[in-house]
Amino acid sequence: MAASTLTRRRVGTGARGGAALLRGTVTLYLSLIVVLPLTAVVWRSGRDGWGAFWEAATQPQALAALRLTFAVALVVAAGNVVMGTVIAWVLVRDEFPGKRVVNALIDLPFALPTIVAGITLLALYGSSSPVGINIGYTRAGVVLALAFVTLPFVVRSVQPVLLTMEPDMEEAARCLGAGPVTSFRRIVLPTIAPALLAGAALAFARAVGEFGSVVILSGNIPYRTEVASVHVFSLVENDDVGSAAAVSVVLLVTSVLVLAGLNLLQRRRTSHAD
Amino acid sequence: MSILVRNATRRFGDFTALDDVSVEIPSGSLTALLGPSGSGKSTLLRVIAGLERPDGGSVEIDGRDATRLPPQRRGVGFVFQHYAAFKHMTVRENVAFGLKVARRPKAEIKARVSELLELVQLPGLADRYPAQLSGGQRQRMALARSLAVQPSVLLLDEPFGALDARVRKELRAWLRHLHDEVHVTTVFVTHDQEEAMEVADRIVVMNHGRVEQVGGPRDLYEHPANAFVMGFVGPVTRLGEFFVRPHDVEVRRQPNGTTSEAMVERLVHLGFEVRAELVLHDGQHVWAQLSREDAEELELAQGQIVFVRPSRTRQFAEVPAG
Amino acid sequence: MPTERTGRLGLRFLALGYLAMILLVPVGAVIWRAFGDGIAPVWQAVTTPDALHAFWLTLLIAGIAVPLNTVFGIACAVVLVRQRFHGRRVLDAVIDLPFAISPVVIGLALILVYGQAGWLGSWLAERGIQVIFSLPGMVLATVFVSLPYVVREVAPVLREVGTDQEEAAWTLGASPLRSFLRVTLPAIRWGVAYGVVLTTARALGEFGAVTIVSGRLAGQTETLTLYVENRFEAFDLTGAYAASLTLALLALLVLLAMTRLQRKEGR
Repeated sequence: MAASTLTRRRVGTGARGGAALLRGTVTLYLSLIVVLPLTAVVWRSGRDGWGAFWEAATQPQALAALRLTFAVALVVAAGNVVMGTVIAWVLVRDEFPGKRVVNALIDLPFALPTIVAGITLLALYGSSSPVGINIGYTRAGVVLALAFVTLPFVVRSVQPVLLTMEPDMEEAARCLGAGPVTSFRRIVLPTIAPALLAGAALAFARAVGEFGSVVILSGNIPYRTEVASVHVFSLVENDDVGSAAAVSVVLLVTSVLVLAGLNLLQRRRTSHAD
Repeated sequence: MSILVRNATRRFGDFTALDDVSVEIPSGSLTALLGPSGSGKSTLLRVIAGLERPDGGSVEIDGRDATRLPPQRRGVGFVFQHYAAFKHMTVRENVAFGLKVARRPKAEIKARVSELLELVQLPGLADRYPAQLSGGQRQRMALARSLAVQPSVLLLDEPFGALDARVRKELRAWLRHLHDEVHVTTVFVTHDQEEAMEVADRIVVMNHGRVEQVGGPRDLYEHPANAFVMGFVGPVTRLGEFFVRPHDVEVRRQPNGTTSEAMVERLVHLGFEVRAELVLHDGQHVWAQLSREDAEELELAQGQIVFVRPSRTRQFAEVPAG
Repeated sequence: MPTERTGRLGLRFLALGYLAMILLVPVGAVIWRAFGDGIAPVWQAVTTPDALHAFWLTLLIAGIAVPLNTVFGIACAVVLVRQRFHGRRVLDAVIDLPFAISPVVIGLALILVYGQAGWLGSWLAERGIQVIFSLPGMVLATVFVSLPYVVREVAPVLREVGTDQEEAAWTLGASPLRSFLRVTLPAIRWGVAYGVVLTTARALGEFGAVTIVSGRLAGQTETLTLYVENRFEAFDLTGAYAASLTLALLALLVLLAMTRLQRKEGR
C-alpha cells in the first residue's frame, strides 16, 4: 500500500477531512443503532440500585431460565465440536455424489428464519410426528432447536483449516507408525483446535441468545423449558422492564465475555504463528 | 533390506504415472530415482512407501510381500520435500513421535532422541519449534525423525528441492556421509542429474512412467541405453545420425577424410571452457565443447570453416521422441 | 485396508445421517405437511390479506434496512481498513455485538431508547414521530440485527485490494470519491454482494427483536415471520406452514445466491 508521498500530500487535507467525516458518520450510525440502546439496557438494569438488579436476576424463574440456557448452550456447543468436526472432515476428505449440495445445505440454518426452523422441527419431532418422536415441550426440544441453529458454526470454522492442511504431516505420521486414529488425534486435532474453539464459542454465544426456534419447539414452560430469552420476552410483555433489563444484562455480559475471549485467542494465535 | 518392485502400474484418471515398472533396490545401497517431472519417480517412491496403492503389480520389502501393508507397518522412513514438520510440536517432540506411537519407555526415547540430534547436528535446538528453524535444519530434523524408528528402508522425496543452492550442496554431501555411517537402504527422488550422479551408487532413470535404465553414474554417462538417458544424464549434440557428447566432438583446421565441414556460427566463452556452435553443410546444428587452450590453439573465430568428427559416439536405432 | 474403508464409510454415514435428521427430513416434513391437502389450501393461506400484507411489509423493511446497512458496511470497512485512530479496536468489537446478542435483548434495548418513554423516544414523540410499534422501529430492529454482515465480508476484500489502484486514479486526476466509486468499488463487488445476501437473509428472517418492537398488529405491523407465529398460536397450521414455505423458498434462493457468490469470491 505504499504510494508516492507526492500524491499523499496532494490529496492531503481534503482527504483527511473527508476521512474524519466518514469516521464520524460511521460512529454516529453505530451509536444510534447499537451503542445507545445497549447502554440503555445496562443503565436501566442498574437504575434502581444494585439490590434491585440482584433481586431481579436471581428471581427463581429467572435463575431457572438462565441455568437451563447455559446448560443447554454448553451441551450443544460440545455436541457441535464432535459433529461439526465429523461433518467438516467428511466434506473435506471424502467424496460422494451430491457432496456439493450437502456442502451448500450446511448454510441452511444461516438462511432460514429461526421461527421457520422451529416450525420445521416441530413438524417432524412434535406431537403429530410421522416418525413417532415427540419432543415438543421438552428440554430435548430446546436442545434440538439449538443444534439446528448452531450447526454451521463449527463446520464452517474447521473446514478451511482442513482444506489448507497439507497431507504431508499426516503421511509423515503414518510412515512413523501412527494409524489413522492416532494420526488424527496427534496431528489433525492440534492443528484444528483453535478453529474448533472459535466455532464452539460462536455456537455457544448464538445458542445463549436464540429465541425464534426455541419459542416454537419448547413450549416455554417456566422452570422446565423456558430459556432466558423467552423469559426476558415475557417480562417485557408484562411491562416488567427493570427485571427484563437485569436478566438481559446477564446475557449481555456472557456474550461480551465470549466475544472478548475469542478475540484474545485469535490475537494470541496470530502473534506466534508460523 | 532390499526392495523389489514388480510390474507396478498406477493410473490417475487418464494419466499413467507408472507403466509396468519393475525395479530392484539392493540392500544397503543408496539409489536415486532420476527423471523429469511427470516421469513417475515420486509415484514409485510413494508406492514403495505405501502412500500410494498400485493398480497392478507388487512390492516386496526384504522378501516379504508388502503390497497390501499400510505405511505404518512397512518399516519405511519417509522424508518429504517440504519437511512435513509437525508444526505444533518441538524438535524433540517431532523426533520422538514415532517412538511415542510405538510406546517405547520414556528413558529409551530420551536417549535415542539425543543420540539422533547429535547425529544430525542439531543438539542445541531440541526445544525450538520448526518455525524457528531454517529449511536445512528442518530437513535434518525430518531425517532424524524418520531414523528414530529404525526403518529398514529410508525414502526421500526430492529432499533438497525446497532449499537454496548452497544448502543443497551441503546437505547432499551430508546425506552421502550419513549413509556411509548408517548403511540403511536409501532411495531418493530427484530431477537434478548432478545430484544423482554425485550422491548415489545406483541411478534408476525414469521417463513417462517407465524405467529407461538402471546403473551406476559412470555407467549411465558412458553407456547410455538410449538417447533419452544420454540427454538427461549429460549434455548431448547430434552429428549426422550419431549422438555425441559435445566434448567428444573433435574440431580440426584441416580435413582428414573422416571429418565433416562446418562453419563456426557463434563462440560462447564460459570461463575455462568454450562452446562452439557450428553448422554443417546440410544445415544441421552441432555444438562442441573445448577447453580454452584448445580453442586458442585452433584460433577459432566466428565465421571460420573447421572440420569436425566425433571421437566417440553412440548410435541409437530409433529417433527419440521427446 | 478394510478397517480404513469401513471407518471412512462410517464417518460418512454418521455425518450424513445427522444432517438428514436435523436439516433435510424436517424440511421435507414441512413441505409434505403443507401440501397434505393439496395446493389450493396452501395458495389460499398464502394469499389472505394479512399474509400478503405481511409479505410486502417484510420486503419493504428489508428494502430499507439492507441498502442502509450496505452503505454503512462499505463505509465502515473503509474506516476500519484504511484509517488508524484511537478506538479502532473498540469499533471492531462493537460491530461484532449484534452477532452475539439475543434478539429479545435488542428489542428491549430499542424500546428503552426509542419507546414513548424512552431516552430519544419521548423527544421524537413530541415531534409526532412514532418509532416503536410502527415501521421505523421495525426497520431499526432489522438494521441492528443485520448490521455486521456487509462490513465483515467487505473488510478483508478491501484489505487485499489495497490502495494502489485508487492512488493511480488520483494521479490521473480523479477525485478521491470518484476513484473509490469507479475503481475500488468494482474491485470489492463480490464481497459486497455476498454481504448483501447475508444481510438480506438475516433481515427477512428476523423475529425476536421485531416481535417486541412491532406490537404485532395483524395486518399492520406484522412481518412474515410474525405472521407465521401468529398462525401457529392460532392453531392454523396450514397457514403457518404455508407462510413458512414462502420464507423457506426465499431462504433457498438466498442459499443459491450464497453458493454462487462463494465460487465467484473463490472460497
